[in-house]
Amino acid sequence: MPDEPAPVTLKLKVNGKPCALTVEPRRLLVELLREDLDLTGTHVGCDSSYCGACTVLMNGRAVKSCTMFGVQADGAEIVTVEGLEKDGQLGPIQTAFAEAYGLQCGYCTPGLLLSALQLLGSNPKPQESEIRKAIAGNTCRCTGYQNVLKAIRLAAEHMAKG
Amino acid sequence: MVKTETEEKNWVGRPVPRKEENRLLRGRGKFADDIKLRNMLYLGFVRSSYAHARIVAVDTSRAQARKGVVSVLTGPEIASETQPFLEIGPEPCAKIKDYPLAVSKIRYQGEPVAAVLAESPALAVDAVELVDVQYEPLDPVVDVEEALKDESVLHEEAATNRVWRGVFEYGNVDQAFAEAAYVVDIDRLHFHRFSSTPLETNVILAQWDGKDERIYYWCNNSFPSFAIQFLAAHLGVPIDRIRVETSDIGGSFGIKITSYPQMAVCALASRKAGGRAVKWVETRSEHMLASAHGNERTFRRTRVALDRQGVITALVSEHLDDCGAYPRYEPLGCVIWSQVFPGVYRFRNARIDFTQAVTNKCPVGPNRGYSRMQHLWFLERVVDICAHQLAIPADEMRLRNYIRREEFPYTTPNGCVYDSGNYAKMLDVAKALIGWEEWKKKQASAREEGRLIGIGIGTTLDSGTNNFGQSQIVNPAAPFSGNSQGANCKLDIYGEVVVAVGSCPQGQGHETTAAQVVADVLNIHPDTVTVRTGFDTERNVHTGFSGTYASQFAVSGLSAVHGAAQKLKHEMTRLAAFALQASSDDLEFGSGSTGPEIRSRSTGASINYWGLSNIVNVNSAVLPPELHDITLNCRYVWRAPFKVPDKEKKYGSLTLTYASQLHIAVVEIEPETFIPRILDYAAVDDCGTRINPPIVEGQVYGATAHGIGAALMERCVYDSLGNMLTSTFSDYTPITAMNMPNVKYGHIETPSPHSYSGAKGMGEGGAAPLHAISAALQDALSARGIVIADSFNNGDSLFRALAEQKSGQGTKPVKVERRS
Repeated sequence: MPDEPAPVTLKLKVNGKPCALTVEPRRLLVELLREDLDLTGTHVGCDSSYCGACTVLMNGRAVKSCTMFGVQADGAEIVTVEGLEKDGQLGPIQTAFAEAYGLQCGYCTPGLLLSALQLLGSNPKPQESEIRKAIAGNTCRCTGYQNVLKAIRLAAEHMAKG
Repeated sequence: MVKTETEEKNWVGRPVPRKEENRLLRGRGKFADDIKLRNMLYLGFVRSSYAHARIVAVDTSRAQARKGVVSVLTGPEIASETQPFLEIGPEPCAKIKDYPLAVSKIRYQGEPVAAVLAESPALAVDAVELVDVQYEPLDPVVDVEEALKDESVLHEEAATNRVWRGVFEYGNVDQAFAEAAYVVDIDRLHFHRFSSTPLETNVILAQWDGKDERIYYWCNNSFPSFAIQFLAAHLGVPIDRIRVETSDIGGSFGIKITSYPQMAVCALASRKAGGRAVKWVETRSEHMLASAHGNERTFRRTRVALDRQGVITALVSEHLDDCGAYPRYEPLGCVIWSQVFPGVYRFRNARIDFTQAVTNKCPVGPNRGYSRMQHLWFLERVVDICAHQLAIPADEMRLRNYIRREEFPYTTPNGCVYDSGNYAKMLDVAKALIGWEEWKKKQASAREEGRLIGIGIGTTLDSGTNNFGQSQIVNPAAPFSGNSQGANCKLDIYGEVVVAVGSCPQGQGHETTAAQVVADVLNIHPDTVTVRTGFDTERNVHTGFSGTYASQFAVSGLSAVHGAAQKLKHEMTRLAAFALQASSDDLEFGSGSTGPEIRSRSTGASINYWGLSNIVNVNSAVLPPELHDITLNCRYVWRAPFKVPDKEKKYGSLTLTYASQLHIAVVEIEPETFIPRILDYAAVDDCGTRINPPIVEGQVYGATAHGIGAALMERCVYDSLGNMLTSTFSDYTPITAMNMPNVKYGHIETPSPHSYSGAKGMGEGGAAPLHAISAALQDALSARGIVIADSFNNGDSLFRALAEQKSGQGTKPVKVERRS
């Protein structure tokens, strides 16, 4: 087996906070978030980009952190579920998920919240088909998506009211 | 100011917001993989690439030499230190030797052969690659009927692949067939293998600490009471030395009941590493290959007797259940289906010859709808096939055969008591929801255009709170019967109301519903009740049945909570009567300016919970001797009113409550691709009193998605060599928001006379979508002479069925004998 490659130093901003880390080059972004930064709200479900439990925002775009290396996020701004609340108050999408019973076990929820955030950021009044497409890469095994769709519609309403 | 009791009564039945959301929405849930322990090691399994092989040699030297590798465990090493796991079944099942690592033979692809322990997860993955295993391949058996020929035997010590066989016979079958107007023969029906695939995989942290000779587990096993009973016997340690804690669990659907073999390996690895903590996080592929799948079942030589009106009078059939390579929780599934022996139907005469066998596939485990859904699907296929053969509309056929509202409580031919229900009314509600008549018209005009649209009904049962005495039908020597759940309700030192339960919920909202129950008993707000869920052996609330499985928390769990809260209330009343110098009749429970309190109606004097708790916990010298029994810390065990079933006759009450579901699916088979598409969907649920209606609704939606996914997209595919072809989500394709139709939800409530609240356990859903979709496809294709004989259907299988029919190659799977 070849020698281990030298660790890599990278800098990124996570939930607005600058961080500098030295990691193995093969460290996945999700491992970096969970293990190095202890941000355990981001989850791993399938290891292969299907389920989206690991979804985070990188420079405003939803990405699957289980299939990205940490080094690919060098210099990036990352938002995880822990970055969605403001001064301890739930953000509008989180509130809508609570009101619409949009979660059960809650394992997929962080990824869904971030996919919804990306959608509503660019499309404040999405059609149902657009919501479905936006969360096509987020598998939920509990809710049958019914209350998730309802929650995202409700979030759009909350955000429209400001 | 005390609010009057009527103002705040009845939190049960209201859409109380879930207490769980606050942490889960913030990313502050505590899932097993979120836990880190000091000096922790990481475990990786070396897994077999063969389905059936002899192990010639395992060479661990390259792995052991790798930097960062602490040790490697192998099967023979574990076998020398442990007892094989208990087998629930009698011989030949009892002869099977099941160890958590393969000892000399491989019996399914992905079976663990060795375990490596390393300083990091990445190093563990590297080291797994460095273990060299030499195999001698054997003939794999992947089909249950092939397995029963015993040409290639998986477990030589058992000398047969048959795990269990039993005949369930009731009524007078021969007479019913002699008197039948019609006899319908169905050669073969097949319920496919799939899994509910919880999004969080199995995760185990274990520490076998030499300091106090105890084993600590932090994991997401969903039936820890069962796991510790197996582990204690396997590891040879007293059961009180095993501590299991669970916290938030990312779905289980029954699948996580069977993680005890991996729990054993993690503990043994920790001991070998001198007591360092060991963590194992299952990868998705490991989960698909080697955690647990749902039972696959084949129904052979079914004969159905019907009278002139199409009422089923008798049924005989041979059921062959494929439990994969090791029985583990089986052969319990060989009896659990009989909780719903006649389904929702009135027939009294039946003989079902049930056999279970091992095959070279992943072991099965309980999976949402466990063992009953296979049988309920079979019955629904029987009803639909007979209806089509006799040209009776599917809805009419059901009305003629349903158990009637006035017949409840209804004793089934095998002695189960269906508590309540109204299936005909559910059918009305579902037909109204879907717009039955309009769809019939659309279907007729679509048929004229050559389009294939079908409308299907699925009626099903979700039996909850099971009588473990049914295990004795499988094994007369099994030391299990009844069912119980424990709960503890206390006032903590500063007066906090704290409830602990022995469940380990995975999204069912137990914290919320338990708080609703306690809030009603004490007439306080649910926000003032703290609920400790998640299993912890050291909380001392569990019984041997505690866990979360089999649709029962609303009955067994909440009955225990209710009992504990009442016990606490009784103690609080006595204490308050002393403190306020009032009679207990004069006291009322409610909330005042300092929170929850008890006050005297006549004097207006009150004492809050802090005051009460203070007397007992830190000011006890003021207590008179007659109140010394008060602890304000009340454990209550609720026991289900069951008897041991008659083992010979296979007769008895096997389950306490019977929730029911009726779904209607409208499905079109696309003309170009043959892909079945759902055009409309309705789901009606009856779980008696709904403790928290949106939580119930959410469970219905979730079970519906699992069922639709299973019917059209999800199956565990094995090739003839036992290679699993669906070991990633990209291959297995769990249902997504793109495939899930909007569900028109309806409900009726027939309260259960068997639970204190009228609630019935629910959550598994009885796999109604599998029944409804098979029925809809049958309806779409019956004019072409096609019988839907498999629970899984996709564009490929429907294309083949239509092509075979066109070319005349299709066999005649159904025969009808008309005697009138």
